[in-house]
Amino acid sequence: MDETRNVKIQVRGLSKVFGKQPKKALELRHQGAKRSEILEKTGQTLGLYDINFDVYEGELLVIMGLSGSGKSTLIRCLNRLIDASEGEIIIDGENIPTLGEKALLECRRRHFSMVFQNFALFPHRTVQQNAEFGLEIRGVGKTERYDIARSSLKQVGLDGWEDAYPNQLSGGMQQRVGLARALANDASVLLMDEAFSALDPLIRKEMQEELIQLQNKMRKTTVFITHDLDEALNIGDRIVLLKDGEVVQIGTPEEILTRPADDYVRRFIEGVDRSRILTAESAMRPVHATARSGDGPRTALRKMREHGLDSIYVTDRDRKLLGLLEADTASKAAENNADSISDYLIQDFRSVRSEEPMHNLFAMFSDRSFPIAVVDEENHLLGVVVKGAVLDELARAGEQ
Amino acid sequence: MEIPRIPLGSWIEGGLTWLTTEYSSVTRAISRVTQTGIEVLNDALMWLPEWALMALIAVLCWRVASVRLGIGAVLGLAVIWNLGLWDPMIETLTLVVIATLVAIVMALPVGIAAALSSRLYRVIMPVLDFMQTMPAFVYLIPAIPFFGIGSVSAIFATVIFSMPPAIRFTTLGIRQVPVELIEAADAYGATRSQKLFKVQLPLSLPTMMAGINQTIMLALSMVVIAAMIGADGLGSEVWRAIQRLRPGDGFEAGIAVVILAMLLDRLTQSLRRTRK
Repeated sequence: MDETRNVKIQVRGLSKVFGKQPKKALELRHQGAKRSEILEKTGQTLGLYDINFDVYEGELLVIMGLSGSGKSTLIRCLNRLIDASEGEIIIDGENIPTLGEKALLECRRRHFSMVFQNFALFPHRTVQQNAEFGLEIRGVGKTERYDIARSSLKQVGLDGWEDAYPNQLSGGMQQRVGLARALANDASVLLMDEAFSALDPLIRKEMQEELIQLQNKMRKTTVFITHDLDEALNIGDRIVLLKDGEVVQIGTPEEILTRPADDYVRRFIEGVDRSRILTAESAMRPVHATARSGDGPRTALRKMREHGLDSIYVTDRDRKLLGLLEADTASKAAENNADSISDYLIQDFRSVRSEEPMHNLFAMFSDRSFPIAVVDEENHLLGVVVKGAVLDELARAGEQ
Repeated sequence: MEIPRIPLGSWIEGGLTWLTTEYSSVTRAISRVTQTGIEVLNDALMWLPEWALMALIAVLCWRVASVRLGIGAVLGLAVIWNLGLWDPMIETLTLVVIATLVAIVMALPVGIAAALSSRLYRVIMPVLDFMQTMPAFVYLIPAIPFFGIGSVSAIFATVIFSMPPAIRFTTLGIRQVPVELIEAADAYGATRSQKLFKVQLPLSLPTMMAGINQTIMLALSMVVIAAMIGADGLGSEVWRAIQRLRPGDGFEAGIAVVILAMLLDRLTQSLRRTRK
């Protein structure tokens, strides 16, 4: 991620001890004691230790870890449903752990909406009233909050269900209400605590897709907790990996898959990641348009325009791959009234064999976003792989 | 060697005497207010002709519960009327209504406070155990020096005896609200009172209604016993039947109590269900 993005939340040196003498436990950890040793010696559980990370404005940050890794504690420290033992959480210049009671309420109202694993809908309120809850708490007027809640229910596809009660809805729909309640509140940060974990796989995938779409539209700063690597890879802009209450790695999905920070991450990825058995072929898409070596530049340009491409692979009559033609080179060739494009081809693209393991593909996507060409042993063009397809394929494989 | 007997009884008597002399103005004020309340309600219910009150109760039962309960109410009340127990029944109903109202008004804040504070909870629970297991008759004795013979004493004893379930169920109801719903309210920045009135109380309402139902039943049983210290109503009919050894009269009054109890029970239970 580039460093110029605005930081929304800064977490520095955050630790949480469950027990009455947190100082003692932290001191022990400082001296290198393990979690189990601290529990044995002081009877206290070290929930989180020395957590540092930033949440950028508008990103979807996934905090991932197995159960007991402290991820739920971490997200609850952010809005202080749980008090941290040590450290800073700074949001827009305010340090959350030191806020007074009133300031904390104000901060929660302005900055945080939360979606819960088991939905946490109010059973005595209708869908509409549930969606209005955050606004009602903030003292927004009746007609205004009615309208806002209604439009956020619409946004999550719950038109016509306003007067139903939560127990009349399916799990997926209930979580949509949870999401609508959070969206209606329009706080600056959305906290999602294992929001999709209680849903069955199909609905879950659907909700992930919808979240991605919403996110594309709204660019809301989101912290999403999950124990599921596939989910993290699928929706996360960046991932914070937790283990035993400590951060193991922070990075984009690609970084985590291609450059695991240590053995733990590597094993973790291996456990879930099927990229090692997946090959380039499984993520390959058929090539919709290729240019022939004999084509003139205008023909090649037309093909690119028709298919919305900014570069095109060029083959000979037998579909043997000759090179890549970029759109701007092609238009230059057209200006020069060149007869053939064969002199304008470039060779600095990547081509792989169809049996190439998928995890090798990540590294090949450099800053230039040419699709990777997939060829057989005689260099016939079989198809192309684009960056998004690799991640899609990984996520799909994870579910099977 | 002889271990002296602990003079527990005389301590308690001393304490009660001190209370009655020191706070006689308070007890007299309470007595006056309660007496007025009883008379007003009693007069109002007596002022209505029997058939009008029956119709009123039947409609209430029908609206709140079912047609069946409405018909049952008419039949039951008709039996009481026919047995000539209408006036004692009204007196008993008045005592039950007032005792229950007082008990609920006192129980709700205590129950809520005990639910929100663990320390208070630990103090109140044994007190409730004491109130409930102490034989009901015992409350009648100190009631007399406080409020004299009559209906006010009956109400005093009844309130003490019937209040515990209302407190217990209120506390239970609030404590039973799932943690995640409390978390949700907190996460959206709800204040304590917003949390209480928008989440905790509405969600504990069904449980609280169960407690109130219990309170009404206990109040009814106590109001009957309170005939021993001069409370009017069906209890005094039973009491008179005992003294004159007339089992027929006793059972007639007893059956009237049963009918009233069933009516009140079904009515409050269905109130609980509709709120759910």
